[in-house]
Amino acid sequence: MKYLIGVATLSYDESACTGCGRCTEVCPHRVFERQGGKVRIADLDGCMECGACARNCAEGAISVDSGVGCAAAIINGMITGGEPACGCDSTGSGESDSSTCC
Amino acid sequence: MEKNKTSKPMTIQIGPAGKGVSGNPSALKFTQLPWADGWVSSDSGPVMRISTKWTRADYFGALRCRTGSLRNNYKVAPGLYAVGSPNSDSDIFVSANYKLSFDYLRRGLDGLNAWVLVLDTKGINVWCAAGKGTFGAAELTRRIKSTGLAGIVGHKRIIVPQLGAVGVSAHDVRNGTGFMVHYGPVLARDIKAFIAARYRASDEMRTVRFPIIDRLALTPMEIRPVMRHFLIFVLSVLVFFGLGREGIIFGRAFSGGGPVVGLAGLAVLSGAFLTPLFLPFVPFRSFALKGLLTGLAATLLGLSVFPEMDAYPRAASLIFFPAASSYIALQFTGSTTFTGMTGVKKELKIGLPLYIASSAVSLILLVLHKTIKWGSL
Repeated sequence: MKYLIGVATLSYDESACTGCGRCTEVCPHRVFERQGGKVRIADLDGCMECGACARNCAEGAISVDSGVGCAAAIINGMITGGEPACGCDSTGSGESDSSTCC
Repeated sequence: MEKNKTSKPMTIQIGPAGKGVSGNPSALKFTQLPWADGWVSSDSGPVMRISTKWTRADYFGALRCRTGSLRNNYKVAPGLYAVGSPNSDSDIFVSANYKLSFDYLRRGLDGLNAWVLVLDTKGINVWCAAGKGTFGAAELTRRIKSTGLAGIVGHKRIIVPQLGAVGVSAHDVRNGTGFMVHYGPVLARDIKAFIAARYRASDEMRTVRFPIIDRLALTPMEIRPVMRHFLIFVLSVLVFFGLGREGIIFGRAFSGGGPVVGLAGLAVLSGAFLTPLFLPFVPFRSFALKGLLTGLAATLLGLSVFPEMDAYPRAASLIFFPAASSYIALQFTGSTTFTGMTGVKKELKIGLPLYIASSAVSLILLVLHKTIKWGSL
């Protein structure tokens, strides 16, 4: 299953890549692929912008505008004017079942 | 390595405020933990041993998480735990303090001798907590230090679930603690295969899928939040249709409002249940379009069942309910394993104005209907 085409904000700077392969390890959707001592983006549209690759790239070769792909969270962010945030981190207040995320 | 002795199994009682179960057992308060299975000693004091078997209470708890009644208050105390009889060479597996995450991990470790390090993620699962940063390098570093892990094991490997990588930066953990993060498989049930393959997860183990059984398990938590709005909607519809000069007439409320309520039920069903369940088979990639399509089909079907409906409520229903189904289906993006933020934002940017417009138009149609009818009421 794939989501919308051509929207993922993932970008990768091949010149900074040392080929350690961490990104291929952490990506839940096999977006990266090893190729000749480095990696390449093999499936950009498979990217769900979770940010695991960028966070684990010691060289800072990857950047992505990561966040929750969750409508309720994004609407929450629009209302509060802040970042998209789901209500499910409230600790047991029971309020959070208005949100379906996570 | 004979440094670890195990005591005989017993029922352990600790309090919810337990700061890590490697602390002083006598300081702990009284909550029964059926999954506790005695203590093992370590160089940093006694460590609670946990069972790798699920009891009936664990299955029931898992079910209640899926239906929502326990979902936000199902926690274990953060800290270090033991599985089997671990020694200084045993692997360390990291988890969240959402009990369901913890349960899947301990079940996946059946038959192994290992350490389990539970981070304080405020009772949220690994992937979501990693997204929020509570399952992250800072908490992992803090927890490695507070449990004295470096004194308990003689190696420097720590196995973090792959989905935790969203919050954990392996190089930061190494810089902060000296421990080398190995990302384990996505699912705890693949751990033994992962170890057998010399700590290498296959592509299969590293890929997140979204099979029908997972989608089905998530639908109760799609329907539940909608139901609250649904009840208010039903009441408003019945009052609206029942209202006349003499007050609210029940017969009229049900004859006029009944079909609308039925259509609303179909919209909830199509948006919160059918669309998630048949996700890959419903055309379009956009969740809003998927929900619109299933909602349109459900509404047309519903309208064919209620041929006696007046023209205005019919038109209003045809405009409103597919949009409602679309909106509800869009909420499922929060539960999927493959939708990204930019895509959802794009959908909302186009969708929200249309949802508002369709609500407004259908409301106007209903008011017109009432105004025309008012003379004869």
